[in-house]
Amino acid sequence: MSVAVNIPENMDLIYKYPDALTEVSTHYCPGCVHGIVHRMVGEVIDELGIRGQTIGVAPVGCAVLAYKYFDVDFVEAAHGRALAMATGIKRVNPDKVVFTYQGDGDLAAIGTAETVHAANRGEFLTTIFINNAIYGMTGGQMAPTTLPGMVTTSSPTGRDCAVAGYPIQMSEILAQTAGAAYVTREMALDMPSIVKTKKAIKRAFQCQIAGLGFACVEVLATCPTNWNQDPWASLEWAKESMTEHFPLGTFKMTDAVKALKWRD
Amino acid sequence: MAKELLKGNVAFAEAALRNGLEAYFGYPITPQSEALEHLSGRMIEEGRVFLQAESEVAAINMVYGAASSGVRTMTSTSGPGLALMAEGLSYIAGSEVPAVVVNIMRGGPGLGNIQPSQADYFFMTKTAGHGDFHPIVLAPSSVQEIIDMVGLAFDLADKYRTLVLIAGDGSIGQMMESAELPPMQPLRPEPDRPDWAIVGAEGRAPNLITSLYLGAQNLEAVNLRLQAKLQEIRENEVRYQEYEVEDAELLLVAYGTVGRICTTVVREARKAGKKVGLLRPQTLWPFPDARLAELGARVRGVLVAEMSAGQMLEDVERAIARQAPVRFHGRMGGVVPMVDEILADLDKLDEETR
Ligand SMILES: Cc1ncc(C[n+]2csc(CCOP(=O)(O)OP(=O)(O)O)c2C)c(N)n1
Ligand code: SF4
Repeated sequence: MSVAVNIPENMDLIYKYPDALTEVSTHYCPGCVHGIVHRMVGEVIDELGIRGQTIGVAPVGCAVLAYKYFDVDFVEAAHGRALAMATGIKRVNPDKVVFTYQGDGDLAAIGTAETVHAANRGEFLTTIFINNAIYGMTGGQMAPTTLPGMVTTSSPTGRDCAVAGYPIQMSEILAQTAGAAYVTREMALDMPSIVKTKKAIKRAFQCQIAGLGFACVEVLATCPTNWNQDPWASLEWAKESMTEHFPLGTFKMTDAVKALKWRD
Repeated sequence: MAKELLKGNVAFAEAALRNGLEAYFGYPITPQSEALEHLSGRMIEEGRVFLQAESEVAAINMVYGAASSGVRTMTSTSGPGLALMAEGLSYIAGSEVPAVVVNIMRGGPGLGNIQPSQADYFFMTKTAGHGDFHPIVLAPSSVQEIIDMVGLAFDLADKYRTLVLIAGDGSIGQMMESAELPPMQPLRPEPDRPDWAIVGAEGRAPNLITSLYLGAQNLEAVNLRLQAKLQEIRENEVRYQEYEVEDAELLLVAYGTVGRICTTVVREARKAGKKVGLLRPQTLWPFPDARLAELGARVRGVLVAEMSAGQMLEDVERAIARQAPVRFHGRMGGVVPMVDEILADLDKLDEETR
């Protein structure tokens, strides 16, 4: 759905679709954060000039159709296996840039083993991890990241941690692996945090390009539809409640990754 | 190239490498591990990709990724590992990328044991994963044949963009015999990767490897296309070997290690004056239905021998279609049938059908 824009001669075009994104409307619900993060990834791919060298790995989850929105080569992995598939791709395409884009059910429940081991091997991969504390695609069931007491369609009286376990802190876990070079938890819930998240995503791609190790950017996000909240309220709720269980911050950044920031 | 004394697992691994294997991903499991061990050294020596995965689930998905990039890739395993791969096998079939998986069968169910078995026949030929598909399944009966079949497997996988399984068993994997390896083939250079492969979209529209097709009509169309391809494979790729069938009155049907044992059974039976022949399927899928139907019309009786409770038996019965009685000799749990046991059942069949 491309919109023709006529720009007066005395003005510059300063905001447009990134080249790395296709100009179609997405299937995401109104107020969903997936679209915002897609845009950030697209902008980073453009800024780094790697569109033709990038291979994306889509998850099973609401972002299952991510390949429709990125104008790069893509594969659609099995649920939770994105980082195993990405490993196979990167190992036979060492000069290409491979990223996975995964939800919390995908990365932190069914794919925990694949995730931890890809990080631990120090695969030269970039993972964008959308933590919305719920299984969005299947209709709002409890995720490994669901907050204590949070009502979902499979925890109707609220998550009881004594029965269902506790919200799993993947960034903290991944930071423990020797192969991880850069692990950070950001949020995409207001303008300042979006600007900061984009910097983190860029660093995570640069980390791969420079061959420094595994990089993961966890992004706290919302799922207004399955949280039964309006988009605005969901942003506020996420800022208050999610950050309590998922503290923001960089959990691992090797010196070599630190040095990257000057290459912005 | 001269003959050498080779262990089955090492032989098929080296043969794969010489057939242009670019990336191997695997997880240790007896009785297959020597293949993984061999490649752990050789692939690195040749500057290729070897990776010991954290599980068979990961291994098959790594294969799926490498296959999506258009390189020759494989894994090898045994029953418990193959079971974990079922998810990936289905995705590979659904997205039509070429891949080779060797299954060196051991006794089951469950952890079972590590002795030779053929009890994964149903799994490999009929239910290798969810959804409608069949992989091509090749069944070697010697170290030489598993070497040759690895080359064939890669060629068929590439030709049809399909999954090819090799149904070995513990004795083929573990035994040593003299065999000849193929010459070293060069790797496919990166620019020659297939045009559907995902290697970065520089200078062209993006490629997509997926097994997701939303909308019933769309997915049915994909299934129809897959079925048409399977039909083409059925028509062109049936392989079997016959032994003394020209004048046979009794027909043995057996594959792999049991097929090989049955050549001795035929010789012994012939010495005793019985007109016995053997059909040894080399492809378990597609199955030699047509040839069995022809032979079924000619022989007095058929004896199927397997290291299972009777799995290929069902396909033989289907192909013979009641033209002749079909009897069964099966051993399970890792027991390899002896020539005398099979001969005894042949005698019974002879009596019964005289
Ligand atoms: C093996 C397997 N089990 C279950 C499913 C069903 N399923 C699809 S998406 C999903 C959860 C996705 O949640 P998440 O990863 O958090 O992503 P979100 O939809 O919230 O973005 C599940 C359980 C599946 N496709 N495959
Ligand atoms: S269900 Fe939730 S995560 Fe999925 S698109 Fe809608 S808002 Fe986004």
